Parts: sequence; structure tokens; C-alpha cells
Amino acid sequence: MSDPTSKAAGTSRRGFLKTTALGGAGLVAGAGAAAAEGDPLITKVQDWASGFGDPVDAAPYGMPIRFESHVVRRNVEWLTESPVSSINFTPIHALEGTITPQGVAFERHHSGAIELSKDDYRLMINGLVEKPLVFTFEDLTRFPRHVLTAFCECAANGGMEWGGAQLEGVQFTQGMIHNMEYTGILLKDLLAEAGVKPEGKWVYVEGADASSNGRSIPLEKAMEDVMVAFYANGEALRKEHGYPVRLVVPGWEGNMWVKWLRRIAIYDQAVEGREETSKYTDMMPDGRARKWTWVMDAKSVITSPSPQVPIRHGKGPLVITGLAWSGNGKVTRVDVSTDGGNTWTEARISGDAKPKALTRFHLDIDWDGSEMFLQSRCIDETGYVQPTKDALREIRGTNNVYHNNSIQTWWVQPNGEVENVEIA
Amino acid sequence: AFAQGLGLGRPATLEEIAAWDVTVLPDGTGLRPGSGDVARGEEVFLEACAACHGEFAEGLDSWPSLSGGQGTLSDPRPVKTIGSYWPYLSTVWDYIHRSMPFGAAQTISVDDTYAITAFLLYSNGLVEDDFVLSHENFTEVRLPNEDGFYVDDRASTEYPLFSAEPCMENCRSEAPKVTKRAVDLNVTPRDPDGRPAGSMPDLLRASAAAPAEETA
Repeated sequence: MSDPTSKAAGTSRRGFLKTTALGGAGLVAGAGAAAAEGDPLITKVQDWASGFGDPVDAAPYGMPIRFESHVVRRNVEWLTESPVSSINFTPIHALEGTITPQGVAFERHHSGAIELSKDDYRLMINGLVEKPLVFTFEDLTRFPRHVLTAFCECAANGGMEWGGAQLEGVQFTQGMIHNMEYTGILLKDLLAEAGVKPEGKWVYVEGADASSNGRSIPLEKAMEDVMVAFYANGEALRKEHGYPVRLVVPGWEGNMWVKWLRRIAIYDQAVEGREETSKYTDMMPDGRARKWTWVMDAKSVITSPSPQVPIRHGKGPLVITGLAWSGNGKVTRVDVSTDGGNTWTEARISGDAKPKALTRFHLDIDWDGSEMFLQSRCIDETGYVQPTKDALREIRGTNNVYHNNSIQTWWVQPNGEVENVEIA
Repeated sequence: AFAQGLGLGRPATLEEIAAWDVTVLPDGTGLRPGSGDVARGEEVFLEACAACHGEFAEGLDSWPSLSGGQGTLSDPRPVKTIGSYWPYLSTVWDYIHRSMPFGAAQTISVDDTYAITAFLLYSNGLVEDDFVLSHENFTEVRLPNEDGFYVDDRASTEYPLFSAEPCMENCRSEAPKVTKRAVDLNVTPRDPDGRPAGSMPDLLRASAAAPAEETA
């Protein structure tokens, strides 16, 4: 390898990739040719460096380039009995930063994603108020606006993993989540218009769809930070995310983020609707169940490496990247372990850690090619430390269904493949 | 401050409120005048509900079971139904009236909703077959698991436990041992090459293929 041309090729990214031993004999031969002749992607003029690309009007609303076709929502059919009362999963294995592109942000419907125009839209406030009201969409656009970023995590995110390691990939085990920058109006401003009577203690919210998804929210939360949102990530909500109006309930379980919001009612008690009795109640070992488990606790997961993102580049520099979040405030720290929790290293929080929003962390390591048991552990501003699954099961058993915020383990094997495992 | 506001919106009419506020609360608030008996409920159920939920509300295929399962809540696989799990009858009436049948919601009349609710009580062994449910006797009915729920207590049972300073070094007594592997279940959607669906494309393979195409 004293030939100067091979040395030059060896310093390019492509040369580096080709000279690693991972690719098999054919690849090594190809690498030799490239090393001798120089990389043709560099030494030959490529079409894109000579002819035209697409004109500006080719895509009035653009979609991702075709090479990113793996970055899509995915369904796991056997999880539910009907695809209109079902869930799909955000491809968090392939995303970076914190903002979820709306087009791949997960969906959860109970009677499908309905089409509701702004013209047809109506919002009613009734119950224990001075003045029951009806608003058009245009009325809502005239209230003072606010902006906030928040994660929406399905209460059932990771629920299939309570009893063991079941699905292969962080998209499936932690991907019932999205994080958007919302613009809308505060629920308290809307309620002020109707005038909540002193005996009004609960705010019941329901959607315009057949399922209605009615939920009861205590008045204190409604007056604190609940938003009636029209915009997400800069544009109108997507149909499947509640167009034209949804509720944003920072830090609380996704089920309460009522989509296609049509009615807000004030009552003196909780409605105890289907979605807060039969569903979204959490079975405990004694056969009783917790209800009103609204907050989503501190959680994190390494998004790469992960089962859908094996390490193919061999030993050496390796980026460990992941997400952390807490419904109880800001993420203050994320620790990462490569040895199944024996030793922990504090990771870097990249960008801002906003309260009740996804937070990105990174840890750069030099991988020696040996097996690893990767874990991440989120700590939030209340001092709460993300628990292990065993610690949660110790208290809750395995039939809780919801609120699995436990530490995830990825088993990285010497060949770079990554598995979802539990360890003892 | 409440009385002022911005002056946006307009008063809701009584008809509008009656059309949209069909919610029933555990104490019976929201119940409309009407009644229905078990026999009528069975008739309606067979017509509108049994194709998914079974003739006895037991559930067909993987559609929800609405009856049975009493006494199973602390079993390894609890069966959670109206009779075994739900706390309030109001939820049954409210949910059926507003959101069922699946795909044709809001087509069941007030009287038929009472009748179906009566039939579901019968299917769960909670009333006799001549039972008549009405707005007047509704709140006398209590479901078996009414006391089976308690308000979120994580703040006392979990947060203190999980808020200790975490271990950073020498935290394990022995090396990790794999106890569960998702690959053993093999229930994840797959890409054509057998990898978990959505796996990242292999850039090494793509770059190896490119020169071959160019020189061909």
C-alpha cells in the first residue's frame, strides 16, 4: 500500500468504506481497482454535474427523495382487530434532531382519519358555563396565538414489550410518538369567552369523529398549558392529526390530545368515558387498576444503533444517537451504557432541552468491534431517573398495558447486527 | 374577567347542545327519558352488534368481548369486559349511543340503547331476562368492578423510589445475560431481504454496485 494513489483513495470516505473488510471478496477487489484508478465518482464527470436537474415547478409540495423510501410510517397488522381503530409507528430509527416530519408522524385513530373542512368545522363550549358558545374556524383564528413544542406519546407506546422483547426495531417499540411545534390558542382563553362557573371542575373534550374519543381533563391542567392547535411544524395540521383543530396537552398521554375537536364541556365531575375506564386504565398485580394516569414519565431510547440501523462501517468512530423526553418537565441529563448498565457515561444533549418535548442526545464512542449492551437512561428536572423494566414490573406486574417508560437494551453483536433484548 | 372576553363566537342554541352533548356521567347526568328490556336488546344486538361481538356478547375472532371474564383481573391473562372490568353503566350507554355500531355510529335510538344496555347486563349475568332498564332505574345498577380503580398514585408509589441518585460505575454484580430476544418471536414486519421493515439501506453495497454499472 505504498502506492501514492492508493494512499489518496484511502483518505477519501469512499476509499475508507471500500477498504474495510466487511464487504466480502468482491468488494475488496473493487476497492483495489478504485484505489489504483481513483474513485470514478470523482474522476469521471457525473450526469448531475453536467446536465439539468428538475425545474422549480416539478413539485409544488415536495416529497422526500426516493432513496429515503424506508423512512415511512409502518403498521403491525396483528396488533389490532381493525385498521381504522389502530396505530402506526414513526420511523424514529431514521430521524435526527427533535422535530418529527408530519408526513411520517404516527397515527392513532379509533374510527379512522376523517376529512373535516374548515368551512364545516364547528366548536361548541357548553355545560357549566355562563354562556354556551359556538365558534367557527374563522372565529378561532382571531384569538391571541401561542407557540409551543411538545411530544405526543401514545399511552401504549412500548406496551407490547411489557412481557418481554417482542418487536424488532425502535420504530416499533418506541415509535408511537411525534414531536411538533404547534401554533394555536390557549384553552383558557377560549373558556374565558364562555365563562366557567365556580362549580365547573372538569373539562370534557371530544372529537367530531364517530369514536369521539371523549376525555376528562381537570380544570387546573386546562387553565395551565393546554392548547387548541391549528398549525403543526409551520403548516396546518394533517388530516390524520386532527385537521383543522386538535388539542395539545403537554406532557400527557396522547389519547387526551383529542383530534378534530368539536366540543368542550364543563362538568362538576369526570365523565368516566370509555377512553378513561375500559381503556387508558392500568392494571396492577392485585387486579385493581390505576385510572387518570395522565402524565408520561421520563423516558429515552437509543435510535441508532438499533435493530433497523445495524453498524455496517466496522470498528472505530461510532455515533450513538437517541431521544429523551419527560412529561414532568425538561430532560436534564441522559446517561448511556455500553455494558448493560454496569458503567454509565453522561451523553451530550444536542440543541435545546424544552419542557415536555423530545430532546436529542449523542454520545460518540470508538467501537472496538466487541459486543455491547446499549442502554440509555433519562433524568428529568424533578430528579426522576428512568427505571428499568424490572423495576417497573416489580410494582406494576406485566398487565399494565400502558406507560412503559423503561430502559431499552440493544444487543450489538460483533458483526454489527443489533437486537431487541432483555437482560438479567 | 370571564364576563368580558373578546366577544367571539355566538350563543349555542338548545337544539345544537342537545344534538352534540349526548354524554352521560356516572351519576346519570345526561340520561334521556326512555327504556328498553332484555328481549328487545337481544333483538337489536343480533341485528346490529352480533356480527362482531357474538350472539352472547362474547366476542367473535379478535373483536372485543363484552361479557365474561369475571374474576380474572389478577390472572396472568385477564379478560377485561363490561362485566369483569368496567366501573360504570353510564359508560356503556354513552359509548354505544355515540360510537357504535363500528362504522355506523349514532344510528341507535335512545330506547334501543337502553335495550342493548339491558341485554349486556343480562349477558354478563347481572340481571334476569325480564329486566327493563330506564332512565329512572338506571343509577340503581352497579357494575361488579366499580371499586376496582384508584387515582394515579405514581407520585407516592414510584417517583420517590425512582428519584435516587443513579449508579454510574460498577453497577452490576455480574455480566449481562440475555433472557429475552425479540428475534425468537419473529412477529415484526419484514423487508424483502428479511430484515426488520424500514431498515436503513446498505450504503456499502450501494457504493460497490455503482462502479460496476458505470463500467458495464
